[in-house]
Amino acid sequence: MSVWTRIACAEDVPMLEGRSVHVAGHQIAVFRLPGGWAATDARCPHKGGPLQDGIVADSCVTCPLHQRRFDLRSGAQIGGPDTIEVHEIEERDGALWVRLAEGRADLEDAA
Amino acid sequence: MFSTHGILVVGGGIAGQAVCEAVRARDPHVPLTLVCGEDHLPYDRVRLGALLDGGSVEDLRLRPSDWYEDQRVMVLTGQRVRALDPDAGTATLDDGATVLHYDRVVLCTGSDALVPPLEGSALPGVEVFRDPADCAAILGAARSAGHAAVIGGGLLGLEAAYALAKLGTPTSVIHLVDRLMERQLDAPAAALLAPAIAGLGVDVRLQHATTTVLAGPDGRAAGLQFADGSRLACDLVVVAVGIRPHVGLARDCGLTVERGVVVDDHLVTSHPRVLAVGECAQHRGVVHGIVAPIQDQARVAADTLVAPDRAVAYPGSIPTAKLKVMGVDLVTAGAAEGEREVVVADAAAGTYRKLVTAPDGTVLGAVLLGDARGAELLMDAVRTGRVSEDPLGLLAEASQATAAELPDAAQVCNCNGVCKGEIVAAIRERGLGSTQEVVNVTRAGAGCGSCKPVVTELLQIERAGAAEEPAYLCPCRKQTREDIAALVREKGITRVSELSEACGAGRDCGACKPGLSYLIEERQAATFRQERHAKFINDRVHANIQHDGTFSVVPRIRGGVVTSDELRRFADVADKYELPMIKITGGQRIDLLGVRKEQLPAVWEDLGMPSGYAYAKAVRTVKTCVGTQFCRFGLGDAITVGIDLESAMEGLHTPHKVKAAVTGCPRNCAEAYVKDIGLVAIENGWEIYVGGAAGASVRKGDLLATVETAEEAQRLALVYLQYYREHGEHLERTYGFQERLGLEAIQAVVLDPEQQAALLERFAIAKAACDPDPWRERREPVHPKQFAELDSDPEGLDLVAMAAAGVEAPR
Repeated sequence: MSVWTRIACAEDVPMLEGRSVHVAGHQIAVFRLPGGWAATDARCPHKGGPLQDGIVADSCVTCPLHQRRFDLRSGAQIGGPDTIEVHEIEERDGALWVRLAEGRADLEDAA
Repeated sequence: MFSTHGILVVGGGIAGQAVCEAVRARDPHVPLTLVCGEDHLPYDRVRLGALLDGGSVEDLRLRPSDWYEDQRVMVLTGQRVRALDPDAGTATLDDGATVLHYDRVVLCTGSDALVPPLEGSALPGVEVFRDPADCAAILGAARSAGHAAVIGGGLLGLEAAYALAKLGTPTSVIHLVDRLMERQLDAPAAALLAPAIAGLGVDVRLQHATTTVLAGPDGRAAGLQFADGSRLACDLVVVAVGIRPHVGLARDCGLTVERGVVVDDHLVTSHPRVLAVGECAQHRGVVHGIVAPIQDQARVAADTLVAPDRAVAYPGSIPTAKLKVMGVDLVTAGAAEGEREVVVADAAAGTYRKLVTAPDGTVLGAVLLGDARGAELLMDAVRTGRVSEDPLGLLAEASQATAAELPDAAQVCNCNGVCKGEIVAAIRERGLGSTQEVVNVTRAGAGCGSCKPVVTELLQIERAGAAEEPAYLCPCRKQTREDIAALVREKGITRVSELSEACGAGRDCGACKPGLSYLIEERQAATFRQERHAKFINDRVHANIQHDGTFSVVPRIRGGVVTSDELRRFADVADKYELPMIKITGGQRIDLLGVRKEQLPAVWEDLGMPSGYAYAKAVRTVKTCVGTQFCRFGLGDAITVGIDLESAMEGLHTPHKVKAAVTGCPRNCAEAYVKDIGLVAIENGWEIYVGGAAGASVRKGDLLATVETAEEAQRLALVYLQYYREHGEHLERTYGFQERLGLEAIQAVVLDPEQQAALLERFAIAKAACDPDPWRERREPVHPKQFAELDSDPEGLDLVAMAAAGVEAPR
């Protein structure tokens, strides 16, 4: 079963930027958006680029290596077939909490 | 007659895609399924060679993936149809379990590479050239190959040889007959390819029949044995002698098959439910292997399928192609040889233009090599069988023809089968304003791109000479550089998020944010406020991101001159941080590779040198030769002038990177002729070259001016730099800038004393405002986590730190 994990202080992530963090052995990227937060897998499915280092717009991130772009809400690649996993993220009392998507629950149990 | 089963298209090549497009253009609703045997969405196989030149299959896609969704085309990739039962209306896939139902099925199974029965053709190191997997194998082998041999001197073989030669692999082309491309070219035209081929260093062996691929001691291909007894040592063999229609599926289900699947004038095979289109189809005894006829067939097939009332018989196609062979333009249409031929050739210029007619003047064919002017007009004359009283006059007329004179039915884009009338109608009806828009809407120019100049010409005619709509800095919101500059000035905008709030630019995809950031910085040098979210990662952490997410560190080494103490520090840093590589760069600097983001501040601290801006769209380096300080040929003090110039320019951001050089004499050891800004010492003076490049584009710089003193040369370099900073489009290198504006227009500004003074004043303001060393952020980061991930070790030396593990739910 998937659980909520406290990962960082909200202020650790500047507006419209991303940072990565390991949760249960799984590296995810956390983004601060004008309308809230988003969390996804940190690796671009194309060549493993660090999505947390990508340019973030209101609702998408662009991989810094080869400019694959992903919607941060759905995880769908824009203009391509790939997807990235999207995880739940919440800010509470200045702290960021993450719950991995269902498909990752077994990973967490194993860790 | 259709039930819900709809149409099944077997084969995801150019033909399968063309059928889907033609069906959807006629019927937006009929269920349409496309089965692609390869793991890719349909791509442009004609441009396969691009994969050997660093391209990816995605770059070659005929349509983006959302097109299939939008058009409700169900696509199965990586799956092949194993068996077809036309009577039952079923197709069984490779897995043996999945069965697809259809009302009509279109075979677009294309062809396989033809491999002649050579002894040794199955050895490792022998490849064909047909799909992306072949390209990957060729690329892998070419890297280590001492010599490559391409068997086949036709179009496909020359394409492979061209790509191999460009990779730097010594390459031979082996051809059976006495001239290259004998199907498309006559002997004189084929001979004109010789200089281009020689220029690429490719060795051509005509009239060589390969009998055996010889094996080396390691069991891999090691050479070729020819019928005349001679041999050629090579460790990569690419077989590109032709194609063989892929007809197994058709034959297995009992369709009439000869060389290809036999179809009638409606593209229907011997079974009324089954059609065939493209390289697998044989119509009136002809199997076509190029794109233009396949487009014709797809349209007829679509009529047969969904618009039978208006279906007209397919009379066959006259093959036409516009392409490049060994980098030379080639247009072929219809017959290459015939009873009556007129030729205009210029051996010195390497051009050859030929028109083939019947004795009565009916145009039967054309070959244009090295000079493709009037190609559309001549292709149209061949297709329509125009009768010309004066074939030589027609050739001359074609070389002067503009797009205005083309008939509406003339095909402009051979890749996607788009004629002039469709392009003009789209421009008029949809009010298109730029070439790119026309390409997107009509698909003309979306293939090989060779017809884009004609598309641009048509657009200009339709717009009555009005300039094309400009390039958008923010394409999502259609904002040009000028629009945004005006807004920045009017509202006194000083940062990107203010601008985004004002006009929306940068909010949708974010791709333009670095461009917006540059624009505000350039316009508001004194008041600009940086926002790191608007910058590419390189500019957030002042280092160049590498493929594995690590960074490279290149300090400022002005003029390429370094001290022994600095070299010691490089060595110490590399040892201390166990860096995997120290690399001398092409810009006479030293690159430390494999630095993790967290290590950057410490590495900079230990180096104690300023940032070289090697990661930014900014002034990079000034290369120098030793000049009069040491060289016995030197005419100018290149080192001093180069160091001064680098000091004057460093720290400034520019529309794209700027590389410079100062060289002490025209021997040009510092390569100043091919830099964005290059100073060359001559007898009693200096030359200033601008707009040179030696990267993906190679261009000798334009001579901006010749002056008497080094001071004057430096001053002009700075004036030019500032003019480029103010007028270059974001991500436009100086070579593009030079060609867009033209040397004379640039000289008119840059050499004008009044404008010089104004440009230098703005340059001085920008220089005063710029940051000469962003690496000082190691001590004063703009954010506590500027160089860290959320779970990085604060020392930056240990990546293994893991997240704190809270397990309670937040609510």
